[in-house]
Amino acid sequence: MADLRNNFVGIKSPNPFWLASAPPTDKAYNVERAFKAGWGGVVWKTLGEEGPPVVNVNGPRYGAIWGADRRLLGLNNIELITDRDLYTNLREMKQVKMNWPDRALIASIMVPCEENAWKAILPLVEETGADGIELNFGCPHGMSERGMGSAVGQVPEYIEMVVRWCKQYTRMPVITKLTPNITDIRKPARAAKNGGTDAVSLINTINSITAVNLDTFSPEPSIDGKGSHGGYCGPAVKPIALNMVAEIARDPETYGLPISGIGGITTWRDAAEFLVLGAGNVQVCTAAMTYGFKIVQEMITGLSSWMDAKGHRSLDDICGRAVPNVSDWQYLNLNYVAKARIDQDACIKCGRCHIACEDTSHQAITQYVDGIRHFEVMEDECVGCNLCVNVCPVQDCITMVGLEPGTLDERTGKVVDANYANWTTHPNNPMARQAAE
Amino acid sequence: MGTTETGIVSGRLTPAEYDRNFSDLHPPLDEHEALVASDRCYFCYDAPCMTACPTSIDIPLFIRQISTGNPIGSANTIFDQNILGGMCARVCPTETLCEQACVRNTAEHRPVEIGRLQRYATDIAMRDNVQFYERAEPTGKSIAVIGAGPAGLACAHRLAVKGHDVVIYDAREKAGGLNEYGIATYKTVDSFAQKEVDYVLSIGGIDIRNRQMLGRDFSLNDMLSKHDAVFLGLGLAGVNALRTEGETAAGVEDAVDFIAALRQSATKADIPVGRRVVVLGGGMTAIDAAVQAKLLGAEEVTICYRRGKENMNASEFEQDLAASKGVTIRHWLQPKRILTRDGKVAGIELDYTTLDDGRLVTTGETGVITADHVLKAIGQTFEADGLGAIALQSGRIVVDAEGRTSLERVWAGGDCVLGGEDLTVSAVAMGRDAAESINRALAAATQPVVAVA
Repeated sequence: MADLRNNFVGIKSPNPFWLASAPPTDKAYNVERAFKAGWGGVVWKTLGEEGPPVVNVNGPRYGAIWGADRRLLGLNNIELITDRDLYTNLREMKQVKMNWPDRALIASIMVPCEENAWKAILPLVEETGADGIELNFGCPHGMSERGMGSAVGQVPEYIEMVVRWCKQYTRMPVITKLTPNITDIRKPARAAKNGGTDAVSLINTINSITAVNLDTFSPEPSIDGKGSHGGYCGPAVKPIALNMVAEIARDPETYGLPISGIGGITTWRDAAEFLVLGAGNVQVCTAAMTYGFKIVQEMITGLSSWMDAKGHRSLDDICGRAVPNVSDWQYLNLNYVAKARIDQDACIKCGRCHIACEDTSHQAITQYVDGIRHFEVMEDECVGCNLCVNVCPVQDCITMVGLEPGTLDERTGKVVDANYANWTTHPNNPMARQAAE
Repeated sequence: MGTTETGIVSGRLTPAEYDRNFSDLHPPLDEHEALVASDRCYFCYDAPCMTACPTSIDIPLFIRQISTGNPIGSANTIFDQNILGGMCARVCPTETLCEQACVRNTAEHRPVEIGRLQRYATDIAMRDNVQFYERAEPTGKSIAVIGAGPAGLACAHRLAVKGHDVVIYDAREKAGGLNEYGIATYKTVDSFAQKEVDYVLSIGGIDIRNRQMLGRDFSLNDMLSKHDAVFLGLGLAGVNALRTEGETAAGVEDAVDFIAALRQSATKADIPVGRRVVVLGGGMTAIDAAVQAKLLGAEEVTICYRRGKENMNASEFEQDLAASKGVTIRHWLQPKRILTRDGKVAGIELDYTTLDDGRLVTTGETGVITADHVLKAIGQTFEADGLGAIALQSGRIVVDAEGRTSLERVWAGGDCVLGGEDLTVSAVAMGRDAAESINRALAAATQPVVAVA
């Protein structure tokens, strides 16, 4: 059995699956249930400063988009940080940590960008026995209008400043949670690192309007006929999150900075992808909100089975393994030639590959051969774009096959070159020409 | 009362049992079910289902419209090709047409439920009485449509859309043809056939005259003198005879009459059925009669067919349906004579049959099945009374690809023509296409002469 024990910036948990700071972690009742279900850790729903708690809207807080059979693909929310009294949360956190000493319990914090505000709350959190803190610089709705959440995460200087205060006023490990609502994710990550953060976590949610009611012309979720952008999450955001995680993992300035991966993780496979792209552990929310806490059992067993099958013994064996393979476009091998191949035994003859190629790509797939409905790739037209693979409803029916060096590419009439060659030295590249001259 | 009383009697069941037995075979999909079912469609390119549909309904498009919450647009797509799409959704043997062609069969042996989805969309449009068609400017032309079955209704509707005036003549009390009289009750409940006739006629410009029978009340020449063109959608009014001893005994009945009586009965409690019923034949009519005999409370129902399972015209689905209702299907048995007692059916003696060099022969062995009710479903025939010199072949009207007969200004379609497929949907296609042909012919005849300088 693979060893799934996780040590993330010194915070130990029996597995790398944490619940992200969000509605599922707002109180002891939920967190106890999560731990019973097997979650390795929990980032408690974001605490605000002492005083009257924030208030939430009393109408719908969530919007969604769905795929086939109403499978939830994306969720957005306009719920704010915890609307419970600070001391109630602290008391419950302390009790839960005592009840579950082997699980990770992290406090998420969002207070105004003033040194005294952070200085005041950190000892209170430390007293609970929490294993660490996560700085919420990510929430894009509501709190950002008050200069907190993503309003901080969008200004690298503020990030660095607040991280510095936190490192100064607490012994607890500091995880800085980043907003994706920014042009270049490396900038806030670098700022967090410069401030001394122990880790970053990302992504927080994305500014979004999920839908508009076409009867009332109100955005969803609609509060008395009006809507506000919410934070988008769920399976739909995973590709955005994976890229941002990878960007930080391979950036020379932040290389080696621990990352807690977040964003649409729904299955063990999603989690594994974050881990191999450089995350040290993962945080999950929407999947739990969709299916309940039991999903962690699928994640644990799935990750474990895959690691066993591949001979990976511990998380250290897999974390970051894909990072060296994330490249800039300009370094991709232009001498690599692939062609689509259709497995005729698996083909159900829906024709989607044909029409996608015919209408929108390179006219490289037949519809009829000898008068019979038959879909086949014409290699002299196929540019290897992979669109047919993506639209085919049958898994592995169409595959991309790399041509062996020395074979003829019927489209270009050239023999496939075994040597690696990229854009930087390509004759069509004006920059390359300049360099040669 | 009950299933064990010998003889042909009505009221074998309780009212609740009748209601249950004759309720919708495939209950309609609700919105959620329709969305789930429509999500399974791959929106195939040049879709095989569409090719398999005799009326070429754009199935991927109408299913996609359902999946996007646009059932009205979906119904429009269906009706554009098939104005009787509601009935076809209920009675088409989809398992041998669109659903057989569905690529999901290859993928997972379960097609998209095209028929039920079609019903979902058309039911909504008809419930809300959404009308999609307006008549063109009146052309002043008048066309007689003889027969108010699927072919005649489809033809009449398309002609009305084109601005022509249509008079439908039909021999029976009600319009609808086989849709009204020839289909098992559980396939079309709640007077759907009449509702559909009303929906089709609401286009306007169609005058329907019931109890008007070709050959009895008028001739084809009468029609040609009164109208600019004639469409014959006559169906098959005759039935084949057994030509065996005992055929006239009390208790021997044509299955089509049995089915028609069932359809016209409100409660079914008034429809008599035997305790032990033998149905002769291997087509859809045999199945419809046998299943309904069982549902009326017959204790034993046996279908006897003179060839093998693979030769039966009834689809696999229909055969399974019969089996699931408790009907026994026996093959390679051919009626020899009806056994009687006191002038009533007491049983049937059958020859065992086999193939000898491709020819059906009796083996010499015989068997007897006890029965008090024999239903004949051994084929219908075309009755050509009143048609004059129209060209026939194999007892059916000969038509070209557009539905033109050998006579000027006379078109035909549906079961009465050679090559008819005994399918509602094929009849609709032929009626519709004949209407287009009639429209083209009438337009060509009225083209103004262009002066050439």
